[in-house]
Amino acid sequence: MNFTLEIWRQFDTGEEGRYEDFTVEGIDPEASFLEMLDQLNERLTEEERRTVAFDSDCREGICGTCSLVINDTPHGPRQVTSCQTYMRDFEDGATIRVEPFRSTTFPVIRDLVTDRSALDRVIQAGGYTGATTGPQPEPNSMPVAPEVQEKAMDAAICIGCGACVAACPNGAAMLFTGAKVTHLNLLPQGQAERGNRANSMVEQMDEEGFGGCTNFGECSRVCPQEISLDVIGMLNREYRKARLSRDPKDPPTMLAQ
Amino acid sequence: MRLPDAKIPPGPLEHKWQAWIDQHRLVGPNNRSGKNVIVIGTGLAGASAAASLAAQGFGVKSFCFQDSPRRAHSIAAQGGINASKDYANEGDSVRRLFADTMKGGDFRSREANVWRLAELSENIIDQAVAQGVPFNREYGGQLATRSFGGVLVQRTFYSRGQTGQQLLLGAYSALEQQVAAGNAVVHSRHEMLDVVIVDGEARGVIVRNLVTGEIERHAADAVILASGGYTNVYYLSTNAMGSNVTAAWRAHRHGALMANPSYTQIHPTCIPQSGEYQSKLTLMSESLRNDGRVWVPRKGGDDRPPAEIPEDERFYYLEERYPSFGNLAPRDIASRAAKVVCDDGLGVGPTGRGVYLDFRDAIAQRGRDVVEVRYGNLFEMYENITGENPYETPMMIYPAPHYAMGGLWVDYELQTTIPGLFAIGEANFSDHGANRLGASALMQALADGYFIVPHTVAHHLTADRESVSTTDSAFDTAQDAVESHITRLMDVGGTKAAQVFHRELGNVMLDYCGMARNAPGLEKALTEIGEIRENFWSDLRVDPGRDEFNQSLEYANRVSDFLELGELMCLDALRREESCGGHFREEYETDDGEALRDDERFAKVTAWEYQGDDGDPVPHDEQLSFENVKLATRSYK
Repeated sequence: MNFTLEIWRQFDTGEEGRYEDFTVEGIDPEASFLEMLDQLNERLTEEERRTVAFDSDCREGICGTCSLVINDTPHGPRQVTSCQTYMRDFEDGATIRVEPFRSTTFPVIRDLVTDRSALDRVIQAGGYTGATTGPQPEPNSMPVAPEVQEKAMDAAICIGCGACVAACPNGAAMLFTGAKVTHLNLLPQGQAERGNRANSMVEQMDEEGFGGCTNFGECSRVCPQEISLDVIGMLNREYRKARLSRDPKDPPTMLAQ
Repeated sequence: MRLPDAKIPPGPLEHKWQAWIDQHRLVGPNNRSGKNVIVIGTGLAGASAAASLAAQGFGVKSFCFQDSPRRAHSIAAQGGINASKDYANEGDSVRRLFADTMKGGDFRSREANVWRLAELSENIIDQAVAQGVPFNREYGGQLATRSFGGVLVQRTFYSRGQTGQQLLLGAYSALEQQVAAGNAVVHSRHEMLDVVIVDGEARGVIVRNLVTGEIERHAADAVILASGGYTNVYYLSTNAMGSNVTAAWRAHRHGALMANPSYTQIHPTCIPQSGEYQSKLTLMSESLRNDGRVWVPRKGGDDRPPAEIPEDERFYYLEERYPSFGNLAPRDIASRAAKVVCDDGLGVGPTGRGVYLDFRDAIAQRGRDVVEVRYGNLFEMYENITGENPYETPMMIYPAPHYAMGGLWVDYELQTTIPGLFAIGEANFSDHGANRLGASALMQALADGYFIVPHTVAHHLTADRESVSTTDSAFDTAQDAVESHITRLMDVGGTKAAQVFHRELGNVMLDYCGMARNAPGLEKALTEIGEIRENFWSDLRVDPGRDEFNQSLEYANRVSDFLELGELMCLDALRREESCGGHFREEYETDDGEALRDDERFAKVTAWEYQGDDGDPVPHDEQLSFENVKLATRSYK
């Protein structure tokens, strides 16, 4: 298969970027999108041209490193991670536009590589149960119904790729944060800090410059883990409850409200 | 040099670890923040160690090459984690988990280390649940378990097919909690390029900031390597693209011995390779063998669709050869059996290097719903990659390089031969002998990180040490060496990308130092690797610009170390004139094709000492003694 690629090139965070066109030929339809880029880079090296920078690591859809916008959609056409997108999903001869995840909270480092450390800082603000290493209670002393575990797991499987942010017209990270809050809210181990957790994670989102949710739903539509918008509802409820119980005179001011 | 004492505490096996804990010295809570520890890697071992040491109050600096600590490759572990809790009331116990692990490793690991691992297994589950890891539950809300290869009990805990992800996110969030508390700092997109040794002790590292290209110096009182395994030496493996041996190898070059480097695990259930362009192989969890049946057509060249091949023309070779374990034979045995049937021309798929993993009977017996609950995400993943639906047609699988049992030699305290330098998780050699059992990697990484190094490193930190500044001349020397290696890579000025050489190396390693090895092949590999190395250093091209983001430089740097490691693996495989676990020498097999050990000569660990670029590595042997298990020919029949 042959393709024309319009790839975003940007040397540095501060530099201005532009699209550069490349053609790739003789690509096997079973090659993944990233393997197609590997082949392009191998050729660019032979031609003594600078290779295209892009992030990837596990290449099996679980680490959340790969982060391309393919034809205007984060991760591409099939709602799977960029690495799980295959060339058989495209028409032979097609022109494909490749960009980094777009968000002011994700500055471009080079070409298709962005800095998503803001998401780590949101977790630092409260995405844990607070248990430190040491003797812990016997797990079967706190039964968790399988349906509840399944629901918690549906949220816990977030891979932290940030596609939700890149897809959101407001640049919100509500799906990401909602997933963590939902996961821990549903389990007995997450109860003690639930209010504080929601509160400080939301504050951190605001500080990082993520936008608020206005129910476009784009985040869930591109999420490779198919995390449901319900997690945002859970986050909003928890946040409001936390703010009200904390200080009734200082009502919730989250951007998302 | 002589191999140092392994420091195994005296006394009965059951009490060794508690005896060690009881005697170790302590740093008072007020003095801990002044003691600093560097942790390289943020996988299960690294993140759990960093979080635990920071929670005790030590100053922790954690480094990872990924853009976030949450992305380390432990995230991809699928099937589960072992613990001898015996929830299934089958008579499981610490002793049984210990014995299974010793036998699974073909009696090539240390009894004391393995016992401790089994002993700590239960605490890990408790710890993970307390962090909010959503393990699968039974109907009544109790933790669910399933079986894995090489055992006859159900001791594997799991979160769907994403157990590694959930455990890693638990450890990651515990680490981030310590970052928020100010006890730990995480440097992501930083790669360790050298360890700094002052007065014979590891006192710091040289790292490259992968965003700016800046070479940085960091000093500490101890350094922990949790940098993972090295099966990317085979080019195609189930490891992540960035998984590499550089941190461990640079430590090796400074005198840390590398133990049993040829012990690598080729995992039986992976999606077969489809083309030359392929960049990695994807694992399909071993848990699938709980319900999937492995077979090939009895007749070579039978190209009928699998559904049309009648029962009596299917060769369920694992069930026939290993009736008591059947499809749950251990990994080394299942992999080799797949290779044998494919070598015999019975393999399926376009390349003839594939076997079926069939869920037809499981779906008929248990129903599609049950199969979906157990393996749904794995089926989806398979369909995504291959375009085929495993509910309707069998999966096609083939073995792929997956895990390194070998690694840096460590004593009972998980300290390498360089004082102050510890190695944990897959980066060390300690617990799995010549073959790792399924669901034991997560267990070992977390035992090391949560429960062992927090004690042994703390103990190391009790000694009075002068503080070391990064202006010490040892840092100058180390930085100079790192800079000149980078200069050398930048200056080759050839025409080919590093992956070209990496691919060539991988082919040689897979052909001659993979599932089957023999002396002439290993000799040949050594010659060929020498040639690839020469070509690498004369025809490599990396992108210009060392003081900036430069992925081709990162990659070339890693490949330069893999080329050296590959030689050492072949030397080790050549010297070990026996077959054991994943190390199968064709000259040493039983009449029915099983591994033939030579306990007289090789019931020992081989730890290799680096001798400079031109010197031949020197082997040192650690004799293994077996007082609590009977050395027996491993049988899964």
